[in-house]
Amino acid sequence: MLRIRNVVAGYGNLTVIRRASLHVKTGEIVTIIGGNGAGKTTLLGTIAGINQSREGEIFFDNHDITKLSSDKITSRGLSLVPEGRQVFSSMTVLENLEMGAFIRYRKGEKDEIISDIEKMYRLFPILESRKHQQAGTLSGGEQQMLAIARALMGRPKLLMLDEPSLGLAPIIVQQIFSIIKELRSFGNTILLVEQNAKAALNIADRGYVMETGHILLEGTSKELLENKDVQRAYLGKEYRRINE
Amino acid sequence: MSFENVIQYFIAGITTGSIYAIVAIGFNIIYNTTGIINFAQGEFLMLGGMISITLVQFVPLPFAICAAVLITAGAGYLLERTFIRGIKNPTPLRMIIITIGLSILIREAALHIWDEKVRSLPYFTGNEITSIAIFGAHFSPQVLWVLGTSALIVVFLNFFFSYTTTGKSMRACASNRIAAALCGIDITKMVSLSFVLSAAIGALAGCVISPITQTQYDCGTSLAIKGFTAAIFGGMGSSTGAIAGGLIIGIIEAASISIIPLAYKDAITLTVLLGILIFRPGGLFANGDASSKVDRP
Ligand SMILES: Nc1ncnc2c1ncn2[C@@H]1O[C@H](COP(=O)(O)OP(=O)(O)OP(=O)(O)O)[C@@H](O)[C@H]1O
Ligand SMILES: [Mg+2]
Repeated sequence: MLRIRNVVAGYGNLTVIRRASLHVKTGEIVTIIGGNGAGKTTLLGTIAGINQSREGEIFFDNHDITKLSSDKITSRGLSLVPEGRQVFSSMTVLENLEMGAFIRYRKGEKDEIISDIEKMYRLFPILESRKHQQAGTLSGGEQQMLAIARALMGRPKLLMLDEPSLGLAPIIVQQIFSIIKELRSFGNTILLVEQNAKAALNIADRGYVMETGHILLEGTSKELLENKDVQRAYLGKEYRRINE
Repeated sequence: MSFENVIQYFIAGITTGSIYAIVAIGFNIIYNTTGIINFAQGEFLMLGGMISITLVQFVPLPFAICAAVLITAGAGYLLERTFIRGIKNPTPLRMIIITIGLSILIREAALHIWDEKVRSLPYFTGNEITSIAIFGAHFSPQVLWVLGTSALIVVFLNFFFSYTTTGKSMRACASNRIAAALCGIDITKMVSLSFVLSAAIGALAGCVISPITQTQYDCGTSLAIKGFTAAIFGGMGSSTGAIAGGLIIGIIEAASISIIPLAYKDAITLTVLLGILIFRPGGLFANGDASSKVDRP
């Protein structure tokens, strides 16, 4: 469904992504793990068209989207929930959800949109009780849920999530991960970037390890969970073993 | 001062004030979607006035006004398309210089197309000497046209921004550009639209005010300064603030005429502007959001 090859990207003179390649198949949950500053956010931004790649190619649904702007990419069914709860803070929760369905208003899907909003309220009940509140006044966790719900309103074929658990209480993190799992059972395809490598690998089918702009490793979640380097660097196994 | 006088000044104040409010709202529409303060906003009023004055010699007044609004809206689109869109690195200072340059360009073009003569549209109802009495003070019915049109513009914009998908997506752009693009909203289109909308409401305001204040190739400058002051007064970006700011400045200006010579009328607005910039840069009704926006550039 998504295939990127030898992508090079960065900011100004700074090269952040160095020849990264990866793919996501329909119905999969794929995760990218890596330390701070590895380039995960930049990579997702490049796929979504927020940053332009300098080299390489990005194919989505067999179409070349390398040079498309982000609104065109979203219209093709590839949605990004960006890092750090980018909600429309001066608009209400309901309006945020409506904006998520922006591309569908053009197609005249008004009734489906209304029923999808109800669906989002079932998925995230807190949003319903806050529907007329300004999004900027929601708590961090609520904003993150809204950002995810807003992206889902566009009925993306592929949903990319950039650290959905960042700065959230463990209970909310659990909730968000169970929602991600639920989304897959609805047939969604997901590309997930996470600091919380263990939780991410536990729900993902496959994973990529990224450091300093390179993809170092790739494999099924099981392989990565059992990999010694991954355990040492991202899962904190070493620490536990010393204690044992 | 007699009661009639107070009413007289008050109504004169809210009449010009409502026009300042519309100019301020024009500033805000563009500012909110792009972060640009468009100093050519006053020229949209001048163009609306001038074009309708020319057309009214050939077609009935309502058609002349509609055509003037459409043509000015088209000019707003072309302006953005030609001079704004291509700017690679739109820093606030650079954009201010460009829009000031554009305002000079439009003014000079208008001087060439028309001339330096002062013109005006005919009164919409009656003529110069028709008057209606409100609480003993006498007014031209045009005052009602101005107030009614301004109110209509405000109601229309309110509806547009609160209830239509396009209006909401413009607000989404204003709130968070990247997130808006990620929702599939075409930012370039929204920027174009903000210029078209600002130009259109500016042109309409320029038409209704023409019989009262008259129109000349350079009348946009002072309107832009008044409107800008109103926008700053109410807090850049806030439309309620723009309306309040416009009306208050209109009233202050009208009242000042009774105390100091007419020639200093513009100085009053500038004094207000400086006062706000020094003491309340976020505007009279500053909330954290607007003030931080104004403080930064
Ligand atoms: N807007 C920017 N301008 C310049 N450099 C940037 C910008 N955004 C990120 N960088 C740099 O790019 C590198 C990769 O950043 P990126 O945000 O992609 O990392 P990340 O893997 O998402 O990290 P984290 O896990 O902390 O979110 C960092 O060194 C960062 O300093
Ligand atoms: Mg990141």
